This record gives sequence, structure tokens and C-alpha cells, in this order.
Amino acid sequence: MKTIENILAEHPFFKGLEPKYLKIVVGCASNVVFAPEQIIYREGDPADRFFLIREGKIGLEINVPHKGPVTLQTINEGEILGWSWLMPPYKWRFTSRVYERTRAIALDGACLRKKCDEDHALGYEFYKRFADIIVQRLQATRLQLLDVYGVHS
Amino acid sequence: MKGRKMNARRSDPMLPQPFRVARVQRETFDTFTLNLEGLKDNGGFKFAPGQFNMLYVFGVGEVPISISGDPTNGDILVHTTRVVGTVTTAMGKLKQDDIIGVRGPYGTHWPVEDARGKDVVIVAGGIGLAPLRPALYYLLEHRDKYNKVVLLYGTRTKEDILYRRELEQWRARFDLEVHVTVDRGTGNWRGNVGVVTALIPKAPFDPENAIALVCGPEIMMRFTVLELLKRGLPEEKIYLSMERNMKCGIGLCGHCQFGPHFTCKDGPVFPYNRIKDLLEKREI
Amino acid sequence: MKDLPDLSPDPVILQRENFQQLLDVIIAKKYKIAGPKIKDGAVILDEILKTEDLPIGWSDSQESATYRLIERGDRALFRYALGPQSWKKFLYPPVQKLYEAHRTQNGWKISSTKEPKLKFAFLGVRPCEIEAINALDRVFREGEYSDPGYRKRRQNTLIIAVNCGVAGGTCFCASMDTGPKAKSGFDLALTEVLENEEHYFVVEVGTKLGAEIVKEIEHTRAGQEQLDKAQSISAAASDQMGRELDTSDLHVLLSRSSEHPQWKDIASRCLTCGNCTMVCPTCFCSTVEDYTDLQGKEAVRVRRWDSCFTMDYSYIHGGSVRYSAEARYRQWLTHKFANWLEQFGTFGCVGCGRCITWCPAAIDITEEIKAIGKNQTFEKKTA
Repeated sequence: MKTIENILAEHPFFKGLEPKYLKIVVGCASNVVFAPEQIIYREGDPADRFFLIREGKIGLEINVPHKGPVTLQTINEGEILGWSWLMPPYKWRFTSRVYERTRAIALDGACLRKKCDEDHALGYEFYKRFADIIVQRLQATRLQLLDVYGVHS
Repeated sequence: MKGRKMNARRSDPMLPQPFRVARVQRETFDTFTLNLEGLKDNGGFKFAPGQFNMLYVFGVGEVPISISGDPTNGDILVHTTRVVGTVTTAMGKLKQDDIIGVRGPYGTHWPVEDARGKDVVIVAGGIGLAPLRPALYYLLEHRDKYNKVVLLYGTRTKEDILYRRELEQWRARFDLEVHVTVDRGTGNWRGNVGVVTALIPKAPFDPENAIALVCGPEIMMRFTVLELLKRGLPEEKIYLSMERNMKCGIGLCGHCQFGPHFTCKDGPVFPYNRIKDLLEKREI
Repeated sequence: MKDLPDLSPDPVILQRENFQQLLDVIIAKKYKIAGPKIKDGAVILDEILKTEDLPIGWSDSQESATYRLIERGDRALFRYALGPQSWKKFLYPPVQKLYEAHRTQNGWKISSTKEPKLKFAFLGVRPCEIEAINALDRVFREGEYSDPGYRKRRQNTLIIAVNCGVAGGTCFCASMDTGPKAKSGFDLALTEVLENEEHYFVVEVGTKLGAEIVKEIEHTRAGQEQLDKAQSISAAASDQMGRELDTSDLHVLLSRSSEHPQWKDIASRCLTCGNCTMVCPTCFCSTVEDYTDLQGKEAVRVRRWDSCFTMDYSYIHGGSVRYSAEARYRQWLTHKFANWLEQFGTFGCVGCGRCITWCPAAIDITEEIKAIGKNQTFEKKTA
């Protein structure tokens, strides 16, 4: 039976994090399970958690008038869901809906934010890792924006 | 393996051979597939996966279209085409029993024989799946000669997915891994949403013993190559299929030149290390 | 056409007064002679029947964007350099019907086009032009696919080269090692000697056919003095070149210079009119056009010359790969001096200077290449 600490320590996102910081993170972590079609958070809700996906698939959706929900990206096993907890106004921009039964580690964002304010070294570690994710997502989004498969005018 | 040219005995390589449209299939809103049969019984049409034909529509013109059928079945010649101009529009209006002119097969092919004993990663974007399908047919026909076979396919939306039924069948196989993603998820799509390059980091292949076959819009191919290189796949093991304007398909009109290479005879399939410098330059 | 003659291996002398015999013998062998003629203010290529059809007493003055005919009034037959037209217009016609197709009850059928049987004799082929024809041979005959029409026309072509007595104002064949004296590739090669009262041609025989022709015309054995005179004429022409170009490692230079600011500079002057590609004797690009009659019952496919300078030359769904003038000029120059080497084993340029003369914007490729090469040093790759 793996402990949360084991799971986090093995995950690439937390690789290289000093044990004392890992313990702090574990202190803010809990196991969660979501069923298909469940809404983890809605656009506009306060953003106070983020998730390390262990298994499953989640869609990031936005509601487009006259079109209904459009999925902009899916988050899969091993990936991180949610970064709006990092910066004001701490509100979710998109809705996350479970597509395949999901097991995840939920991390208390509000708790971690406080810890990062107190210990900037910890804050730096988090921002470094999230910057990497955000850059990757940005590059992918730009590729999607280019609409390379679209019919050219 | 080289496809025997149908008109090998012809003295004039610009003269097309007439083929009959046996069947037309609508694939997506702007893409359709023509199944062609030769008029005379001439031993079938032989080609290598990745090659293309010049297709002539009476009175309208000729375009290069990659062959997207099964290379082990010479009776039917299959072409999946997207409507992008005058000739393809006219082609899209062809009906069963209409006649279309064929010249070919031309060009270099996917290195399916060299890939024996290796993992094969196929990355297709949009209509790029069409010239890759013959390679997949070949690999599946000789499945025991290859290690892992992975297909990564990305397209715009779920309505643009080509060969959907076939993809679902392939996905159900135990000896083939298929991952499909769309740029934008609409309606009840519950599959992957995101760029196809995002599927590469976790694709199950051993970069020390693999080759990659890539086809799609040039930008998509460039980003795909970056991700494959990041995985540790050597440059000379990545193959791209390039597209350029063609008027003859036989290296005489000059239009398809890509640097010093004629896309119609030095390509369309190129190993990445050979064209790496050209891909980095603008307007080549 | 490359077999060595076993008859009359030594050069002979043809006197001016017997020149018409040369034409008559060739015409008697059922050749249509194409040669230089004065028309529309230039030396163009047209049918020659009599010696008087040739541009006797004319020469040309060529510079960037300048071409002027000069009436010298002397008796020389070939004292001009060369005109805007090249022999490719006969070997590879500007407009060519590929085939016709007609509708049938259950579809359509091709009716192949029969080409009229024509044997050409090219009179007055400059040494650089022989190299240009060789270049076209490599494109149209030696690839995996060849052009049957070109092969047929080329097979039957008789080449009478005329070595240059004067170098043109924009010529640089010496730099490209294509002239001003023909080395091979001809049936006969003439060097015109006009001095005081003497007017004769030193005739070199290149093939059996050439030897046959010589046998049927009045000629004498060439003496050493006459041969020396011919050599000195060629040497003088070599020293007079209007332009020069250093071709060492040129393909390396161009391959590395795709982002050189000079391209933009050229593009600010280049009209992308394509004149250079039209007058160039090695440019071979073509396009295909389709025509039907009003009822849609007959269709014709026509091949015509094309130029990489046009906007839709590189068009693929959505746009042209080379949409800027900069990219299109760069493509042409890089093809001629770098890519061609990799494709066909030689440069695509023969140093004839036509593109310099006929560019309305006075763009001079020798100057442009020098500008690109300026201040660029790189390690020469040791073999």
C-alpha cells in the first residue's frame, strides 16, 4: 500500500524537492476519487486546490454560447490539473469534467500558498515547476491556435 | 521494394492511364476517398507505401495525390483527397464509373523494410493519415516482423477524424496502440483533446530501437520532430513526407524543388537529417 | 554525336566564298538550318537558307540592362556575341501540346500527339551554348524519366559551333569554363578569321557526320599558321570577358547565405519579371495548362515554359511557399549556382551573360554574388 508520501516522491513533478518540503506538501495532500461526468470544479469557482492525476482523464471545458461546452484540453495520468490557485484572483477559468474514472492526489492550494509566503525557497520550488507546465501548455495552445488542420482561406 | 511503374513500357511518361471509379466514399465534410480500378486486366497496380500518383481529371487538370490503400492489394487503387482547389473540386464530383487518368507511382516510400525488428511510431496530423495508412497496412500484414507499433493521430475536431471505423478496429487490437486526439473537443467527445505532439512524451517506444514516420501540416511535423528528438530518437530515424507544388511528378517541371531536392523523386518521404537545414529556413 | 571522326581528323580551311556550300550540303541532307538573323533590333534565331541571311557586318554592344546592335559594315559573318534567344526554343519549345483527349460513350480516351519530323541544324552555336545544351540534356535525357520529345529532337540535331571572336560585354564563360572555345559536343566548329584580304574559317570536325559534310565542300588542309591564328583569336576573346566570377566553393557560400541581407537588397530592385529565366539557355521549368472546347468534349494538355519568379510557381493549398520576391530571387540564384551542382553535377550557369543584359533592373548576378561573398570567410572543408 503506497503512502501519499511515496506517491508524491516518485512523481516527476516533485522530483528534487527537499524532504522537509515534501513533508509540508504531504501535510496538505489527500487522496480523491472522481466518477465519470463529475465536475471537479466549475469556471468561476474559487481556486484553492490542484491535483496530481494518478489515473483517468479530465477535460478542461469552456461554455461557448450557441455551441455548448468546448473541450480545450484533456489532462491525463501523470499530469497536473490546475494552476489558478497560484495567483490572484484565485478563480478557476475553466470547468473540469471527468471523462474517465479518476484517482488523484488533491493538494490544498490555500494551505500551500500560505506556506510559500512564509518560506520563499519553497515558493521558488513551486513556481519553477509550474512555470515549466505553463510554458508547455502555452506552446501547445499556440499550436492549437494555428489551426494547422483547418481549411485555408 | 519499389512499386513497378504502371506505364513502365510507355514511351511518354506524361500520358496518363485511364482508371474507372469503382466507389466514392465521403470521409469528412471536405475529404473523400476514390477507389479506382484499372480498365484492362494488367496484373494490378503495385506501389510502395508513401508513394503518390498524378491524377488527371478530364479537361480540368492534374494533381499529385498520395496513395492511401493497401499495398498488398493491387486490384483497387485508393486515394483519399481533400478539396482545396479546382482539380480536387472536380474530382470530388466524380461518380461511380467515371474515368480518371493515373500516372505513377512516383516518389520515395516509407522505410517499412528497414524498420524490421524495431518499434515503429506513426505520427499523423489531419489528412496526413492518408499517406501513412498504406504503411500501417504493411506493418500489420507483416506484424511479427516488428516490435511495438504505435499510431498517434491528431486532427481538428472529432468530425474531421479520417477512417474512424478503421481506427476503432485498430484500437481494439492487442498488438497495436492507437491514440487519437483533437485540437478542440466538441459535443460528446470524451477522448483526448490537445495537440498530437503532447502524445509523444508518453508514447510506448524505445528510442534506441525505433523509427518514426511522420506526416501532416509542416508546422505539426516540425513540432513533432522536436518532441521525438527530446525522447532521444536519432535524426536519421525520423521520416517526414513533404508536399510541394507539382506539375509533372517526374522531375522535369522544377516546381517541387525543396532546396536541391525534387520532392517528386528525392521525396516525398525524407529522413529528417537530410532536410533538417531546409526546414529551419523560411520560404524554401 | 560524340564519336570521333575517322575521316578527315585534322582541321580544314573553308574559304568565305565557299561558305554557301556548307549550307547547301546541310540542306540537301534534309536539315532545317536555324541560325542568327537580324530582326526586331536584335540577333535572333530563325531559318537560314543563304549566307546573306546571317548578320553580316553586325555586332552587338551589351551591358547591364543594355543591348544595342551596331552596324559595323565589315564582312564578318559572326562578329556579334549572342542574342536574347537560345537554342532551347527549338529543343524544348516554349509551348508544346502534350496530348489531346476526347470524350467517349463511357468516359474518355487519349489521342497522343504526333510530332512533325524535323531535323534541325544549329548554325552559330557558341561554346557556352553547347554547354547549355549539355545541361538540358542532363535534365531531359538522363533522369529516371526523360522527355521523349526532347530526345527525338536532340537526336536529330546537327550542331555547327562558331567559336567567339569577340567576348560580349556581359560574358563570363571563361570564369564558368564553358568557352570561348568549344571543346566538344559539336559536329563542326568554326573559327572565323577575317584579316586584311583574307577571309576564311578554320573548321574542326567533331563527329563522323561532320566529317561527311566536310568531304562534300571545297576545303583545304589547315596550315599551322592558320591554326595559330584561330587559337590567338580565342585567346583574345578569353581576355576580353566583360565579367568574371570566382566559382570556387560558390555552392557552399550560397547554402550558408540564405539569410544574407543582400537578398533583400536585390528584392528591392528585382521586378520578378522573369526575363532572366526566359533568356537563360538552361532554365527548364515548365507548367501544364488544360483547355477544353465549349462543349467539354475535347480536352488538350499543353506544356509551356514557366518561371520560378511567378507567384504561383510554388503554390500549395492556401498560399505560395515563396511569396516574397526575396525568396524567389534567392531560389533562382541558389538553384543555378548551388542546387544544380547537387542535382546534375555541374553549375546551371554557362556564363552567357544574357540575364545581365536583359534584366530591366540591371541586376548583375556576378555583382550580386560578389556582394554576398564579401566579408564571408569560412573553413574550406578538407576532403
